[in-house]
This record gives sequence, structure tokens and C-alpha cells, in this order.
Amino acid sequence: MRIRQGKLRLQKWYVPLSDKEKKKITRELVQTVLARKPKMCSFLEWRDLKIVYKRYASLYFCCATEGQDNELITLEIIHRYVELLDKYFGSVCELDIIFNFEKAYFILDEFLLGGEAQETSKKNVLKAIEQADLLQENEMGLFYALLAAVSTLN
Amino acid sequence: MPAVSKGDGMRGLAVFISDIRNCKSKEAEIKRINKELANIRSKFKGDKALDGYSKKKYVCKLLFIFLLGHDIDFGHMEAVNLLSSNKYTEKQIGYLFISVLVNSNSELIRLINNAIKNDLSSRNPTFMCLALHCIANVGSREMAEAFASEIPRILVAGDTMDSVKQSAALCLLRLYKTSPDLVLMGEWTSRVVHLLNDQHMGVVTAAISLITCLSQKNPDEFKTCVSLAVSRLSRIVSSASTDLQDYTYYFVPAPWLSCKLLRLLQCYPPPEDGAVKGRLVECLETILNKAQEPPKSKKVQHSNAKNAILFEAISLIIHYDSEPNLLVRACNQLGQFLQHRETNLRYLALESMCTLASSEFSHEAVKTHIETVINALKTERDVSVRQRAADLLYAMCDRSNAKQIVAEMLSYLETADYSIREEMVLKVAILAEKYAVDYSWYVDTILNLIRIAGDYVSEEVWYRVIQIVINRDDVQGYAAKTVFEALQAPACHENMVKVGGYILGEFGNLIAELPFSGPVVTVLFCHLAPCSSTFSQRPRRLSKRCCAVTARSMSWLVHLQQTVHNSDQYYVQTSEVVSPVPQATVLEEMPPFPERESSILAKLKKKKGPGAVSVTELEDGKREGGELNGGGERGPETAAMASCVSQSTPSPSADLLGIRSVAPVGASLSSAGSLLVDVFSEAGPAAPSAAVNDDGFLRYKAVLWLSSCKVSAPPSEDPAPPLSEADELLDKFVCKNNGVLFENQLLQIGIKSEYRQNLGRMYLFYGNKTSVQFASFTTTVSCPGELQPQLNVQSKPVEPLVEGGAQIQQVLNIECITDFSEAPLLNIKFRYGGALQNLTLKLPVTINKFFQPTEMASQDFFQRWKQLSQPQQEAQKIFKASHGMDTEVIKAKLLGLGMALLDNVDPNPENYVCAGVIQTKGQQVGCLLRLEPNAQAQMYRLTLRCSKDLVSRRLCELLAQQF
Repeated sequence: MRIRQGKLRLQKWYVPLSDKEKKKITRELVQTVLARKPKMCSFLEWRDLKIVYKRYASLYFCCATEGQDNELITLEIIHRYVELLDKYFGSVCELDIIFNFEKAYFILDEFLLGGEAQETSKKNVLKAIEQADLLQENEMGLFYALLAAVSTLN
Repeated sequence: MPAVSKGDGMRGLAVFISDIRNCKSKEAEIKRINKELANIRSKFKGDKALDGYSKKKYVCKLLFIFLLGHDIDFGHMEAVNLLSSNKYTEKQIGYLFISVLVNSNSELIRLINNAIKNDLSSRNPTFMCLALHCIANVGSREMAEAFASEIPRILVAGDTMDSVKQSAALCLLRLYKTSPDLVLMGEWTSRVVHLLNDQHMGVVTAAISLITCLSQKNPDEFKTCVSLAVSRLSRIVSSASTDLQDYTYYFVPAPWLSCKLLRLLQCYPPPEDGAVKGRLVECLETILNKAQEPPKSKKVQHSNAKNAILFEAISLIIHYDSEPNLLVRACNQLGQFLQHRETNLRYLALESMCTLASSEFSHEAVKTHIETVINALKTERDVSVRQRAADLLYAMCDRSNAKQIVAEMLSYLETADYSIREEMVLKVAILAEKYAVDYSWYVDTILNLIRIAGDYVSEEVWYRVIQIVINRDDVQGYAAKTVFEALQAPACHENMVKVGGYILGEFGNLIAELPFSGPVVTVLFCHLAPCSSTFSQRPRRLSKRCCAVTARSMSWLVHLQQTVHNSDQYYVQTSEVVSPVPQATVLEEMPPFPERESSILAKLKKKKGPGAVSVTELEDGKREGGELNGGGERGPETAAMASCVSQSTPSPSADLLGIRSVAPVGASLSSAGSLLVDVFSEAGPAAPSAAVNDDGFLRYKAVLWLSSCKVSAPPSEDPAPPLSEADELLDKFVCKNNGVLFENQLLQIGIKSEYRQNLGRMYLFYGNKTSVQFASFTTTVSCPGELQPQLNVQSKPVEPLVEGGAQIQQVLNIECITDFSEAPLLNIKFRYGGALQNLTLKLPVTINKFFQPTEMASQDFFQRWKQLSQPQQEAQKIFKASHGMDTEVIKAKLLGLGMALLDNVDPNPENYVCAGVIQTKGQQVGCLLRLEPNAQAQMYRLTLRCSKDLVSRRLCELLAQQF
């Protein structure tokens, strides 16, 4: 889950929960994490989970893990994801995630699946995404044409 | 403005997002969203078929709206349509929408599954991955049903692309987690294990998560993974930082995979194969060595990745708990982290040391860091780190350092964060009890605890101190003196008053020589007065325990008032406070401590995840401690007693009103009461204040009136014959000495008694439950017939007037001359509203009261058993269990009987064996008992062998009623 000043920018759930539960958890978690001071440690126990979080500029990235999971490696999962976004968008900023939220999801799906690391190599993740982009660009000409057609009709 | 990015084709979406961001207020945002929703709805409903791009764009907008936190109730069909598009991006958005917004509409699921099936069989790896991602993201049961057999096939097929294998492995993991029953093990399982050898690091990384999860559930089927994991780990650990190319992260080779390999190994015991084990130990040593090397980069990512592996390796070392060298090395390396400038590392080191402290090999090594940890507790700025420090202190505590640690924890409590106080209090309480050599230290510690953090001292904690004080004679006087002093403080916490009230009530007599203290009495009053008024208003709401405490301290006050002559002022207060409180509770014992000594631990366990190991370990320790303290003996006994009390209540009004018959009769008159006084004037102006409703109240009154008529029926001045239930009442007291002997609408009789050798002293408490005076109150104790020469009972006469709501006491001195079978009789006569009341009860003086427990070894027991072999010396009964066959209850009863309960005597551990000597004036009677329960048949066989045959028979009769 990624949040900023209480606004959720991106969320991904790896356990089935109802929308209501999700909203409740998000609210509580945002409050807890935002209340932390800069020098505090990046891990905290919350309910029966362990929260690992890190702040990048205006964005907090949080992962909720099970008590047994390795905290430091989770912290680096967050970092690697940020690196991936950074590499893909070229110096990523919050706006990139807002306007291209679907891309942020696609990158996440290539990196983590079902809550487990699928591919930790930066190159391989980005290769997969760029391949997809390539497919997209090939289709692009056609889209613009259609779009134009639609706009002239209107 | 939207940031420019590659391949962004949805201008309409960007514009919409900009619009939303420009909204000045929540209302404006909602308005804009509603407008967009209406637009999309009309597009979807429109006659004209939408092209794929528009569909994608609108679905994406809906998704965005949903992620903003608004409900979306349409668009699912359009998203499903996108799935069957052959354009990658349309398909991708369709899948994303489904992943985020799937609902269990069965028709939709069927369509989605169809689309997924098509993509899985498309042989297009990017499409296959999208479909697998969708299954992994949704992970629903329907999907598991449809694909659980297909995915393993894809996973192990020779021609599957690496990226698809990765997705398939994690997809299968997700399905296994949600529906393990649908993922059937088979031929594929052995091939999955071999993915650990795959050339592609990404495939290994994904597969190992699956293998770890499967190994946890089916360790035997996957145990070949151990040697594969060790060799893979060994290759990674020994590789140079550049060998693994892009899988090297800040100069650390494959940190994620390394951690996962170490985690997988924690599913298994140490490898049996010497070569594999040697290789693994080598790996672990290398990891420990590498952590000591100077860093290859100053970046935090480098040290994090390196230390992540180190911590995982230490977890494995702790899991094996068999390599003392490695354990001590691990401990030393963690010790360095305790003072590291990175908060994260200090936190993790404290956490990891907690588990090291529970290993016998490293416990001592952990203890060397005590000063650093105490310092962390005092100086860390982050509460979660301080909490870890407290956990570690708790884990490293043993007899050698308990006093220091408890003292530090106590002083920390004064400033501790509110969020962790309750837990700290529990920890202090547990440590103080577990390592108490000297129980006055324990009492001091708990009282300090209450003083410092009274609000956080839960019931479990202060009940426990009382329980321990009750079970240990050596500390009772000290405890009474200490609470007495504590109560003189200018301000006392409520819990202190409760503990103080109880302990003084119980053991106040031990400090009778202390000067009478006004402040203490005042403190108790201040607390008791509101309590007793709440009691009379809402008898059912008030917890039983609270009543007992109130009543306890009250009894001490009564006692004070009787012994201290110059306390007239308090006398008035006492009677004011005492009168509205039902007398029954004064005598009632502390209600049972249901969970024995583990209740505090249970509470801590509930609160805590980590440190569970040390809790288990602690429990073992506690078991000894429990026995040492006489643990929960009191629990079952009082439980049994509580039920006796309610059974011995002959009054049917309890049922009618739904309150216990000890309800405050004689409190202030309610308006309904005074009305009814007129109606039933012959019953006297008794008025229960706790009337719940008029109907119940009327019935209550009627019963009251009828019962008083019945009692007053025999006008004779001769003692009435014993009540029909007198024997039954007697049976309740065979295994206990205190409690309520009798109770009706007017009168309650409580008993407290103690026996030494062949002598006994019994305190009888007669409570007037009405608000009207009892006149000509007389009691007579007699030993009828053959009992006369056997038992000598002396009593002092009582005051002839018992005021309404008051209680009077009578002391009986009892001497056992020789063994006896009958019970002495107690006759009570008084006038209530003019009518003579006359009743006779049996006093619960039974032969077993004069038992002295005798400990003996198995050999001695059987030797004596054989010596008592004459047929008349033995009495035996086989009878059906009339109560539950709970071991603890049985034990408590046998102990209450007065004999020693002998462990390890009977070859059958189910049986109970006891020995004791009955002390009479003239002789001693040796008795042996054997109780053999048959849980299946719910039967007991009870055998008694005594040196006097009458005693065997009598004990057998008495005991047969108890189980």
C-alpha cells in the first residue's frame, strides 16, 4: 500500500478482504504510519502484522507482512519497487503514479505476485513492461486514428 | 499537468484525472465524478457499439473512480469484454479491472474463466502471464476449481517460457493458500523441487516461495529440497558480487533468494547427511564472516540486504539450536548491533536476541548484554524499540538477575508509554512470581506495581497476589503489615484498596498488635461506601469478586470494631456501611480463580506474538512454581463451594426474582415496598429494595410471607427436629471449613472453622436478613445420644437481640474425645414479628476434621495397606459420579478432606491415594484411602482402610456423597 498525507495513491491486497475491511485497515494504518517521527525505526507491530514502511519524498510506501517475514528484505522490496518505477518513468514523482496508476500496477504485478517476489532483476521486470509497451505502441497508430475519427464525428 | 510517459494512449483519462485534481472541494469532486459516471453509463448503454479503445478508456476511468474510494456498480461486463480483445493493452486493462473489482457474480466468473482459459492456451507468453496474474490476484475458489489442475502442468512443462513459469509458480501458491484441498499433489511435485536447480534465478526465486509453503504443509514429500537448497545457497554465498549480474543487489548476491533459501531450510530439522550439513554450516559461517567485513558500499541498501541475510541465517541457527559455536557467534554479532546508529538494526537485534535468550547455549551470552539493554529501555526514542528491549529483558531474566531486571522494569514503568504499560505490568508480575525466592519481595514488587501503575494492573494480577498470599503461610503476616502500611499513604489506588481490603480481611488478625490506624479505616470506608451502595442498587451488575472484596474488608472492619475499644466513631460508620450489604458475602470466600496460575500468562500470550518461545519455556518453570505455591488448590474448592452456596439456598424466591436470595433485604424502603407492607402487614415490614418489577416483587413478597408462616407454624418451645435437609447441608462441609451453612428468608448462618490436632474452633455468624429485630435469640448446641461422650462442644451464649440487617457471632470450642459418627445439633430460636422461629441444624463437625495429613512413600503405603487387612478395617463403596470427574476438583476435595494426597504411589496414575491420621484425645487412628475413578462408566470405587473399623465406615459414607 502506498500513501501520502493520508491520500492513498496505490493499493494492492494479497489477502481476500471486503471493501469495508480494506477501508478500515487503510484508515488505521495511514494514521499509525503518519504519526511516526523521522528517526523511528521502519518496522512496527500492528494488530498481528508487522508493518514495514519507508518514506520517499512525499510518498510513504508500506508493506504489511506476517510476523515471521524478514523485515530488512521487505524494506528492500520497497526500495526495488521504487527503483523500478524510477527507471520506468525516469525520475519518478507522485504525479506519475497518479496519472499512470495502471502502469504502477503492471510493474508491481511483474515484480511481486501473490505477495511474493516473482522477479527481482530490474532488467527482467522492465523488459517485460517494455515489451508490453512495444505492443501498445504498435497498436497506437490505430488508436489515434480511431480517436480522431470519434472526435470528428462529435 | 499529466506527466509525460511512455506509451500513454488515454488522453481522456489524463484529462479526467487532472479535472479531479483541480477540484477545490470534496463536493466538487463528487459532482465531477457523478457527471463522469453518468457519461460512462450512457456510453455503455448507447446503441452504438463502442470500440475497444473507448471501452478501455472508460473502464480505466471507472477503475480510477473506484480507487478514489467510490463505489462502482457497473462496467464489469465491458471489462470482461476487454479480456477477449486481442490487443494487449485492452486485455491488460480488462484484467486489471477484474483483479481490483471482482465480485462473485457467478455469470461473470464463468465468462472471466473462459477468457482466462483461452489466454492460458494461447501459447502467447505475455497473454499467459496476464491470465496467471489475474488468477493470482483474485485467487477465488471458483478460479481454483477451474485452474488448479492446469497450472501445475504449465509450471513443469518443458517448453514453458521462464517468465510464464515464474507467474505459474506464484499463481499456484496463491491458489494453494486459498484452497489447499483443490491443489492435488502429484507427479509434478518432484519436478517442482528441481526448479531449485533452474538456471534462471528468477524462476528459482518464484518457485522457492511455492516450495516453502508446500514444504510447511507436506514436509515429507518435499524433503529432497533440503540438499538442493543447501547447494544453491552455497553457490550464491560463495559467488563474487558480480557473478550473478542483475541478481546482485548493491553488491550483495541474490539477497531475496538467499533469504528464501534460509527460510525454506527452517521448515526442516538439521540435515542428517553429514556432507550436506557440513556444507550448510560452512555457508552459515561465511554469512557471519561476511557480515563482519567492511562494507562494499556506503548505501543503506547494501547493508540492509547483507543484514537481511544475516538475520535470516541467525533465525536458522536458532531454529536448529544445536550449534553452540554459531549461537554464541550470532549473539556476539547481534550484540554489536545493539549500539548501532541505525534504529532498524537495534530493533532487529533486540528482537532476534529474544529468541536467542531461550536457547540454553546462548542464554548466558545474551545475559552479558544486560546493561546495554537496560540502557536501551531508558534511552531509546522510539517506543517500538523500547518495547523490544522490554521483551528482551523479560526473555533473559533468570534467578540470577531477576531482582535487577524487575527493579529496572518497575522504574521504567513510571515513565513508560501508555500503550505498553499493561504488558509491562504483566511481565513484571510474572517475573516477580516466577523468580521469587523470598515471597516478601514478591509482595513488595506487586504492591509497587500497583502504586506505580495501578490503572494498568489487571484483575488477573491482583487476584494472583492474593491467591499466593493465601497459599503461603510464611508471607501472610508480612503481607498484612505491608498493605496496612501502604493504605496509610495519602492517596491509594483503588486496586491497592482492593488488595488491602482482602488481605486485611483475611489476615488482619495477624497484625492485631499494630496500633489502630484511623487513616486505613477511612480509606477502606471511602472505597467501600460507594461499593455497597452500588450493591444495593444493582446487585446483579456488580461482579461477584468485587462483592467478596468489599465484604472481606468489611469483615475486617467488624473485627476491628470488636477488638478496638476506642473506635466508637467508626462503629457508627461500620454499621451504616454494613447494613445494606448482604451478610452472605462477608463469609463468602473469594470466588474461584478459574485458570490457576496461567491466567496472567494466557493474557500475555494473547497480547504477544514474538517471545512466544520464552512464554512456553516460562510455563514449564511455572508449573514447578505453581506446585510450590500450592497453586490453584483454592480454585476448584471455592468453585465447588460457590455452587454449594447457591444450592443450599432453600428459598424459591431466588428463581422468581432472578436474583440470588442474598439480595439486599433490609436496605432502604422502596415506595413499592411501603405499599406492600400494608398488604402483608403480618409478615412484618420487610422490604426488599431490589424489586425488579411489580409482578416479580409481588410474587417475592408472597413467597416471603408464606415462608414466614411456615416457619412460624410450630409454636412449641421444644427444639424442632433437625431440618429434612440437615444431612445434605452437612455434606457440603465435609471437604471445606468455611461457607454458608443455612439460609432462608429471615436468617443466614455462616461458618468459619479451624482445626488443630483433636481441637477445633468454629465461628458461627447469624445474620438477620430482615429490617426487623429478632427478639429472644437463643442458640443451643447439643451432642445427642452416643455422641455425648465422644465429642465435647462448648459455646458461649449470644446476645438475645439481633437488629435488622445486623450480624452476630458465636464461637464454639470443639474437642474430639474419641472417634464419632453423628453430628452435633444446633438449635436456634427467636421471635420475628411476634412469631416464634425454631429450627435445628446439624453442625458440620465430622470425623475427618481431625485429620493430620501423612506423607509417605509408595513402599510404606502398601506395607501399611497390607497391615490393615482385616475385613472390618476396610470399607468400600462403588458409586456413580454425581459431579463431573474433573481431576482438579477431585484433588481439591481430597485435600479438603484433610488427608495427604500422595503422588506416584498407585501404579495407575488415574487413581488417587491418600493417607492421614485422625487425632482424638485418647488415640490416633491411621487411615488410608484409595479412590479409583472410571471415567468411561462415570463410576468410582472408594476404598478406606483404617485402624478402627467404625472410622472406615463413617469416612466411606461421608466421602461417597462428595464425588
